[in-house]
Amino acid sequence: MAGDQKLKLALYWAASCGGCEIAVVELREKLLVLDQLADILFWPVAIDTKYKDVEAMADQHIDVCLFNGAIRTSENEHMAHLFRKKSKVLVAFGSCAHEGCIPGLANLNDRQSVFDYVYLESPSVDNPDRVVPQPMTQIPEGEINIPKFYNTVKTLAQVEDVDYFVPGCPPQAPQIWSVIEAIVAGTLPAKGSVVGANEKTVCDECKYERNEKKVKKFYRIHEILPDRVHCLFDQGIICAGPATRGGCGALCTKVDIPCRGCYSGAPHVVDQGAALLSAVASVVDADTEEEARRIVSEISDPIGTFYRFGLPNSLLRRSRLGKQQGEKS
Amino acid sequence: MNNGEFEPRIIAFLCNWCTYTAADAAGVARMEQPANVDVIRVMCTGRIEPMFILKAFAEGADGVIVSGCHPPGDCHYNNGNFKTFRRMPLVEALLGQFGIDEGRFHWGWISGAEAPLWAQLARNFTEQVRALGPLDWKSQKASKED
Amino acid sequence: MMDAGRHPNITLLTYSEVTNISGYVGNYKVTIRKKPRYVNEEACVGCLQCIDKCVYKSAKFPDEFNMGLNMRKPVYLPFPQATPQVVLIDPEKCLFLKTGKCKQSCAEACDRKAIDFEQKEEIIEVQVGTVIIATGFETFDAARLPYYGYGKYPNVYTAMEVERLTSASGPTGGEVILRNGRHPKRVGIIHCVGSRDEKTNRYCSRVCCMYSLKLAHMIKDHTGADVYNFYIDMRTPGKGYEEFYDKLLGEGVHFIRGRVADVNDWANTPEEEGKLVLRVEDTLIGVVRRIPVDMVILSTGLEPQPDAAKVASMFGISRSPDGFFAEAHPKLRPVETNTDGVFLAGCAQGPRDVPDTVAHAGAAASMALALLGKGVVTISPTVAEVEEKYCSACKTCLSVCPYTAITFDEAKNVARVNDALCKGCGTCVAACPAGAITGKHFTDEQIVVQIEELLREPEEPAAKAAEGVRP
Repeated sequence: MAGDQKLKLALYWAASCGGCEIAVVELREKLLVLDQLADILFWPVAIDTKYKDVEAMADQHIDVCLFNGAIRTSENEHMAHLFRKKSKVLVAFGSCAHEGCIPGLANLNDRQSVFDYVYLESPSVDNPDRVVPQPMTQIPEGEINIPKFYNTVKTLAQVEDVDYFVPGCPPQAPQIWSVIEAIVAGTLPAKGSVVGANEKTVCDECKYERNEKKVKKFYRIHEILPDRVHCLFDQGIICAGPATRGGCGALCTKVDIPCRGCYSGAPHVVDQGAALLSAVASVVDADTEEEARRIVSEISDPIGTFYRFGLPNSLLRRSRLGKQQGEKS
Repeated sequence: MNNGEFEPRIIAFLCNWCTYTAADAAGVARMEQPANVDVIRVMCTGRIEPMFILKAFAEGADGVIVSGCHPPGDCHYNNGNFKTFRRMPLVEALLGQFGIDEGRFHWGWISGAEAPLWAQLARNFTEQVRALGPLDWKSQKASKED
Repeated sequence: MMDAGRHPNITLLTYSEVTNISGYVGNYKVTIRKKPRYVNEEACVGCLQCIDKCVYKSAKFPDEFNMGLNMRKPVYLPFPQATPQVVLIDPEKCLFLKTGKCKQSCAEACDRKAIDFEQKEEIIEVQVGTVIIATGFETFDAARLPYYGYGKYPNVYTAMEVERLTSASGPTGGEVILRNGRHPKRVGIIHCVGSRDEKTNRYCSRVCCMYSLKLAHMIKDHTGADVYNFYIDMRTPGKGYEEFYDKLLGEGVHFIRGRVADVNDWANTPEEEGKLVLRVEDTLIGVVRRIPVDMVILSTGLEPQPDAAKVASMFGISRSPDGFFAEAHPKLRPVETNTDGVFLAGCAQGPRDVPDTVAHAGAAASMALALLGKGVVTISPTVAEVEEKYCSACKTCLSVCPYTAITFDEAKNVARVNDALCKGCGTCVAACPAGAITGKHFTDEQIVVQIEELLREPEEPAAKAAEGVRP
């Protein structure tokens, strides 16, 4: 960023919930500082610039693009490519762009089964003519095209070259600010790094007292009242904290809710869900296979438990295509 | 490929002291086994992370085997195999949710003295996976959206 | 025991217990609490004058060594062959130690001024390289089987009690007598009390058949009584053991194969009046019998000491399902544990008789000495290592190590693997959810690359180093 020129910033949302936008607004009074430091060239939720304005920009005109949301449709992908072209630095901002996040759980289905349920089978749907969205529809005036809905949710890095990753669902405001400061000061680490998160896991920030673990029974959060002093995992509630990067301030365990793993896996861990699964199973208090099987079978939804945020970024990425949920090949 | 017939690619994670020894002995004794099974040696099945199994499928394996010393008393490291029998049922459940047939994942125990059992497992499992057809997870990853 | 006490290289600490041990093979620091005897060990010569002159004119407290069959005074010698031959004052029973009011005639009687009521407990710390655990066993508590009447009928004894009766230095000077002082005319010895039993201990206690035969022989010898042994199987391996059993058959000892169902004093016939009746199925002839006897002896089995769990935890060793300390391998490593430098000798590892204990203990001693003699410990190269930068103190790894090689460093708030104890199994490496533990020579990167290369199609390029690791 040259001299006293303002940072040219763009923010985009692909398949997302809008929470990352709220997270930016959570900067509160620092937004005024941001306004002094940066010119926001594109931010659909807040200002009225259009796609064609971006297309008209010179390549690499934008200094930093904070791209949140997963790649669900051809429009999302198109914008990913567009922003890569028009930005010096492309940041996968938030868990959706980084890992797929909640939209990524649709990877247990495909387009057909999603549409069948949403437009035809859902109990609250009234669609006697069985109208389903089509990519192209002919009307008297001509052709209407809508973006294609992909079978598989992808992460930003799976369709484009990404410079930095800011994890979190959403990234916490203090972390967002530290990333902006690093951008402004020019102190970002090597390309491809995760920024705005710690090297250690959530346990490092967590208030609980932790001990050796021996779990005889797994409980879901509504099934017991945990004591508020000891680690939830020690008490049989699966907490993703040990397998999740810290930096969020362990906000969830602070209020006695187990960590869900939204800040992505620890550095160097190849697959967050597999790492968490391994730890959870290893401390099951069983000395026979039958007993072990009985205890782990209480975990009713392994993918939902271990891959809640990171399914598209995992080793397998999605369930077997071409099969209905429950079918195997 | 053999006359265009599908040849399964199977990765087996074996513990050094028991099943790896059995597989080695089976080889030395020229017991009949197919070339479809590739062995990766670890010191103890307790070393086997669920991640390895998923990685194998993700890289194109059609089947995966995990085998080590019989519990409760045979583990060279006392109870590494206890951690294995705690982890593997959960891996089975996970693979099922991913839509991978249980016939593609076998885990069990073969001691160093049971070389014929290894050869038999290699033969039977290869045929079992052959009947299920190629898994070819990589092409699912690589597919461009239509 | 006396030889051990006198040997210049052996420091014998009696009436003491280990309260803490830390460290690892070659470098153990052991804390020992030496309890106060209230007697100066250097000064006392074992003349026993203090006992004679004690204000308690007669002994009033159950003598532990004689299984409560006779009494002792507050000042006493634990047993005749005690090493060192030094008396002991029981602080729970001594009048002066309990009330402060006693003329201390024991101290007066001692011409060596050995009695010292001011003596305090001593805490001793020693540095050792190896440890041998030889904490023995406890006998099964016969009161747990109410149908045998122990504690209910006065003439139901445990084998240990009868051992003391038959001993020349015991409470009766070697006379086998009933509670009323008379010799028994008929004795029933019940084998497998608390052994080979689904409800108590499933294992065989190994020594009871032989000691039951010995008692049968001695009782017949001392009293001429009719002796009945009730057994399931007769277990007499060992040199001369089967021949001994054979001899007893020749001496007219009765052997009935059957588990005694119960012992009671309900007489059905005049002959049974005043007797204890054993009801048993004589399985070899298929008949249920009633055998009236004067004295019942329960051959109680061997159990681990009641504090075995605490001791195991203190020394970082494990226990077998039966509760005795676990050997490293059931066939090939009977005296080692899974913790380097800690060895087992004798019944602490499992029931065995004297010759087997001597052999076992000799093996433990030689392994301990060999370790010390070598001076260095060879460790596995495939050890695990915690990368402190990534360890977040979740403590998952602490629960999974079979060798208690992982400890937690409170000051630095990270787990730490002890190289000397780690055997390189890799279980902690696989369990760590933060990927903070590396398994040398079997790292994640190394194994992942093997997977990738084995599955790579020939036309694909070789795996890039970064492929397996993602942000």
